[in-house]
Amino acid sequence: MTSAAAVREAPAMRVQRWTPVSVAFTGALTSLVALLAFAPVVLGENTQNNLIQLYFLVIMAMMWNALAGYGGLVSVGQQGFIGIGAYAAVFLSVQHSLNPYLSMLLATLIGGLIAVPVAAVVLWLRHGAFAIATWVVAESFAILVSLDPNPAIGGGTGTSALLPFDLRYTPTQRLHYTYWAALGAVAVLLLLLFVLLRSRLGGSLQAIRDDEEAAASVGVRVLLGKGVLFVVAGAGCAAAGTIILAWQLSVLPLGPDSVFGINWTAKMIFMVLVGGLGTFEGPIIGAVALYVLQTYGPNGGVWYFVLLGGIAIGFALLLPRGIWGTIQERFNVQLLPVGYRLRNVATGKGTP
Amino acid sequence: MTWVSAIVHGILLGGVYALLASGLALMFGVMRIINLAHGSLALVGAYMAFLLTEHLHITTYLALAPVLPGALVAGYFLQRTMLERSLRAGQLVPLLTTFGLLIVIANLLQYFFSPDVHSLDEGRIGTAAWNVSSSLSIPWFDVLTFGVAVFVLGGLELVLRHTQLGRELRATAEDADTAELVGINARAVYARAAAIAVATAALAGVFYGMRSSFDPNAGADQLLYAFEAVVIGGIGSLWGTLWGGVVLGVAQLVGAQINPEYFALSGHVVFLVVLVARTGVQARGLTLTLRRAT
Repeated sequence: MTSAAAVREAPAMRVQRWTPVSVAFTGALTSLVALLAFAPVVLGENTQNNLIQLYFLVIMAMMWNALAGYGGLVSVGQQGFIGIGAYAAVFLSVQHSLNPYLSMLLATLIGGLIAVPVAAVVLWLRHGAFAIATWVVAESFAILVSLDPNPAIGGGTGTSALLPFDLRYTPTQRLHYTYWAALGAVAVLLLLLFVLLRSRLGGSLQAIRDDEEAAASVGVRVLLGKGVLFVVAGAGCAAAGTIILAWQLSVLPLGPDSVFGINWTAKMIFMVLVGGLGTFEGPIIGAVALYVLQTYGPNGGVWYFVLLGGIAIGFALLLPRGIWGTIQERFNVQLLPVGYRLRNVATGKGTP
Repeated sequence: MTWVSAIVHGILLGGVYALLASGLALMFGVMRIINLAHGSLALVGAYMAFLLTEHLHITTYLALAPVLPGALVAGYFLQRTMLERSLRAGQLVPLLTTFGLLIVIANLLQYFFSPDVHSLDEGRIGTAAWNVSSSLSIPWFDVLTFGVAVFVLGGLELVLRHTQLGRELRATAEDADTAELVGINARAVYARAAAIAVATAALAGVFYGMRSSFDPNAGADQLLYAFEAVVIGGIGSLWGTLWGGVVLGVAQLVGAQINPEYFALSGHVVFLVVLVARTGVQARGLTLTLRRAT
């Protein structure tokens, strides 16, 4: 009796992915990307330079969030792939005289390729052990690059990619093309993650993050899911590294501020924690927050990093869902529909 | 003979790493967290000793008298404030907060002590050495460091085995909830474990600072070496960390013998090889279980 009554009283629910809000927002985001593509025509050089910075920060935040927020993998070594991206682009464009933008594209693929054997070594480890192992790998990459006697790589003193750009482009052209390359990379990687997380893999990844053993026991291929994420994150961080190279033109291999430096990981953790770990939209908000902090606060100095670490600790302890996660919880909105929602047909109210 | 010298010095260097690793291993064993700021806390110990020797004109060894109790208190409060809260929030949060702490410490040290290198005076023992042969001399200070490492590891082992605190630590490590049922205050036990861990870190930092110069960013390397020693030695055994430290030290100095720039790299490579070998065994175990299951 009671169960039958419960069935009768249970509201009719329908699974939905798209809501009017998310349709509108996804449309708006697509138009925004299209609009931003016209920035070189409309906006000044300074604004374009600033936006390039924002773009590679967004890429890094998305990649780190994909690992930690969706795969439960806290990597402290993604700077290794940022460095590989930058140096692979130097190697191809300076040493082998390839077009610098083609080199950037190839370097991104190289980053993904190198992530495969790294994944085979580190993905067996969990939590802290995984974190430190990725860091050791990144340090090893940095040392290997700094020991390379090849004049194009420049060893420990760093190198410059000014020549391949200057041979082919004027500084204005270089700025425009780098801007478009960066915006294109953001759009492609955003779309790739969006498709990936909406696919079967997205569901299995969430199962892995929530409970690895339970996920494995119901047939989720844990290592495959994590491996796909790790390779995508490796390629994405390499892409960010190539954009950094094209933007600042010279790179160093060693030290916390270098292209292989641990400070990148500090920035990634800050962006993802502030924006919202495990939310699709959060990293973008976090990247904007970091951008605002380094534009209007102390940029690059000692206090900048003290603030960065302090705020990250504060968010981890006091607001673990970050800005976007908290908004999502309170107002029950999802702007980019990566999950499923249950919608009450009668009342029209939905829950994620 | 230079190879022999590299190996002997590597063994002795392993003592510093074992000292560093013991606190990391203790915290991992009891609380299941890896404190990413462990190396940075060791470095803070070295800088505090530097301050005391500079301003009070005392020897580095005497500076340990205030530094070690200070580290105990610091570890206790670190656990009670930041780490306890992190632990409650899941397994990822302690990594994020201790990483944040690592960044904060490195930059505060840079602000207060400048990015330049510092070093600690090891006293008269620093110049004394036992000349075994023309190409092999063993510095007494290295022997002292190794002795301190053995003493600390042995002491920890004794505390864990034979004292009330040790029994509480082991019980909480095994199962914190059940330990609470039999009247153990797990929070207090965690705080004491963190206090001991930070104190050993500070001790290791001071000895490291006497051995070689350090800068505000050295904490990261300290952490990596400590963790490598723990993994090479096998997680879960204190004497294993000594063995792991020795293997790491030998790997680094033998590498440096080939080319001075291979120092850190050869340690990393040995660590990764050990990891691959272990996971290879794991993977084979997995395929065996799967085969048996089908």
